[in-house]
Amino acid sequence: MLEIKNLHVKLEEEDKVILRGVDLKIGPGEVHAIMGPNGSGKSTLSYVLSGRDGYEVTEGSATLDGQELLEMEPEERAAAGLFLAFQYPVEIPGVGNMTFLRTAVNAQRKARGEEELSAGDFLKIVREKAKTLKIDAEMLKRPVNVGFSGGEKKRNEILQMAMLEPRMCILDETDSGLDVDAMKLVSDGVNALRDGKRSFLVITHYQRLLDHIKPDVVHIMAGGRIVRTGGPDLALEVEQNGYADILNEVG
Amino acid sequence: MALPKAKEDALAARLAALPAVEGKGWLAAARSEALARLSAMGLPGRRDEYWRYTDPASLNAPEAPVARRFDASDEAAPFDGIDRVRLVFVDGVFDAAASDDPALAGVTIERLAEAGRRDIHWAQGLYGVLEARGQTPVARPFAALNTGFASDGVLIHVTGRAAKPVSLVYVHEAETSDAILHHCVKLDPGAELTLLENGPAAARFSKVLEVEVAEGARFHHIRLQGRDHERRAVTHIFARLGAGAEFRSFTLTANGRLTRNEAVVELAGAEARAHVAGAAVGDGDFHHDDTVFITHAAEACESRQVFKKVLMNGAVGVFQGKILVKPGAQKTDGYQISQSLLLDEDSQFLAKPELEIYADDVKCSHGSTSGAIDETALFYLQSRGVPRRTAQALLVLAFLAEAIDEVADETIAEDIRARLERWLARHGSRG
Repeated sequence: MLEIKNLHVKLEEEDKVILRGVDLKIGPGEVHAIMGPNGSGKSTLSYVLSGRDGYEVTEGSATLDGQELLEMEPEERAAAGLFLAFQYPVEIPGVGNMTFLRTAVNAQRKARGEEELSAGDFLKIVREKAKTLKIDAEMLKRPVNVGFSGGEKKRNEILQMAMLEPRMCILDETDSGLDVDAMKLVSDGVNALRDGKRSFLVITHYQRLLDHIKPDVVHIMAGGRIVRTGGPDLALEVEQNGYADILNEVG
Repeated sequence: MALPKAKEDALAARLAALPAVEGKGWLAAARSEALARLSAMGLPGRRDEYWRYTDPASLNAPEAPVARRFDASDEAAPFDGIDRVRLVFVDGVFDAAASDDPALAGVTIERLAEAGRRDIHWAQGLYGVLEARGQTPVARPFAALNTGFASDGVLIHVTGRAAKPVSLVYVHEAETSDAILHHCVKLDPGAELTLLENGPAAARFSKVLEVEVAEGARFHHIRLQGRDHERRAVTHIFARLGAGAEFRSFTLTANGRLTRNEAVVELAGAEARAHVAGAAVGDGDFHHDDTVFITHAAEACESRQVFKKVLMNGAVGVFQGKILVKPGAQKTDGYQISQSLLLDEDSQFLAKPELEIYADDVKCSHGSTSGAIDETALFYLQSRGVPRRTAQALLVLAFLAEAIDEVADETIAEDIRARLERWLARHGSRG
């Protein structure tokens, strides 16, 4: 599914190297977690994969089912099946949430040569999916993320994911700013999308999200590299001992 | 006070090039009074406070600068599907053959020239009257020139609820046409009218619209200024509102080398409401100026000014908006917002918001901003699969939404959105 090879990235504006050779391979249906201290490059990895401006790839590659992602526009990556749930979902005043969702769904369908959804069909699907995420009609009518609480914003991200049905989902600190109940709701939403084929990359500081979204593989990232890879136990180890031991160990 | 020699010469040259207007009686008297006003103030110059941001040279010039016609047949004419009384003007001259029969229940429509030949006419109390009132405290020389030299226009008297809108269609034919039109609209108490205007009108177009909205009457005005790139226009709306009256005006301007739209509104009766809004989009050689003056002269009135501009490739936008709250105009609710979206670094927005308040129990707010398109929002949309250009159009329309929301008729608002979408697709913002 997703294969990252020796990825080196620096900031475009300044001479600051952030990723120093990331290697990562995620198979179909797998859930991988990336943990790591602040500044280790976790969020940068998600931004570079989704095509945000401001980063320069100096070496390496990232492919989705063999297609090189790094040469595509962000919208092409989305159409290819990549989805990033933002750590800080963006507010867009003046654009209704429903218009936004429909424009996105139909743009992707068009890019893939599929027929656009009719207004009626779309409404039916979105209402159904919104219901399971406890997103009410009012939230769908409001401008995208404007005036949403932290939890509402994250649920809205998951709703977009559910509507767009990507094959590869990246969740960037989806647990940040969530209380226990909201985290459960969001996790249930994510778990409902696990179908044995769809893959996930869950970026998080804390182990607690991984109690809800159970990973197959856990990676520890530090200094722009993946320094350790293990099973779910690795997350527990971090929770108990912090990152210091692991970082000392790998030097 | 005598004018400086240079100003006197400029005015003399301008007046010499204007065709003589026939007539006697009340209209001739109103014209000569206007000429006297104009002679006292002269034509505007860059040093005049309200002309600092807009160069009046091409409006002062005796001859209209050449403006080629623009073929706008790639989209349906504005208001096409709407049942309305169409009155067509070609280069500023009424075209009876192309117009509808002006018979409309509750409404009397006459041509200015014909009414001017009568001894007594209701328009005596309106033609040039609101314009003259609007000359203080800010001089508006082009409005006085218009009153003095307008040879055509319509006088609309609304006595009831008009069954359909009156639609003024302005066709531009000759490349050097220099049109001057002056319309008056008088709404009796409780009367209602929607006035539609569209079209480029002429190479250079001067228009004054005077509107008296009596107690409880409602006047809605929607204007689309035409897509000619090279046209120039200086327009004025003077409105006076009685108690509980409603006045709403929206203007869409896409293209045009120079547009100066002035609106002067006096809220003279309690609980009157005036909304003046505009959306302007310009690419390249485009200069658009909204100059608005709203006077709260009575209690508990509401005014809103909502102006949005999208500018690219060196286009220039100007906003000069004032709210004056007179002594005693308590419980005033005044709102003013002027914003521009600059799609590149070559474009420019100049704003001068003003509040002058002489009452102590008022609510007035104003805001003016200019900025680039939100790159973060753009990326967010793209990351969801929306192509960059579609995403940009979506954000631009979102930016303009507050102005378009001032159009009460949802069919027309939807048509305006569609026109803007097509404009954006044609001009494909950079980046």
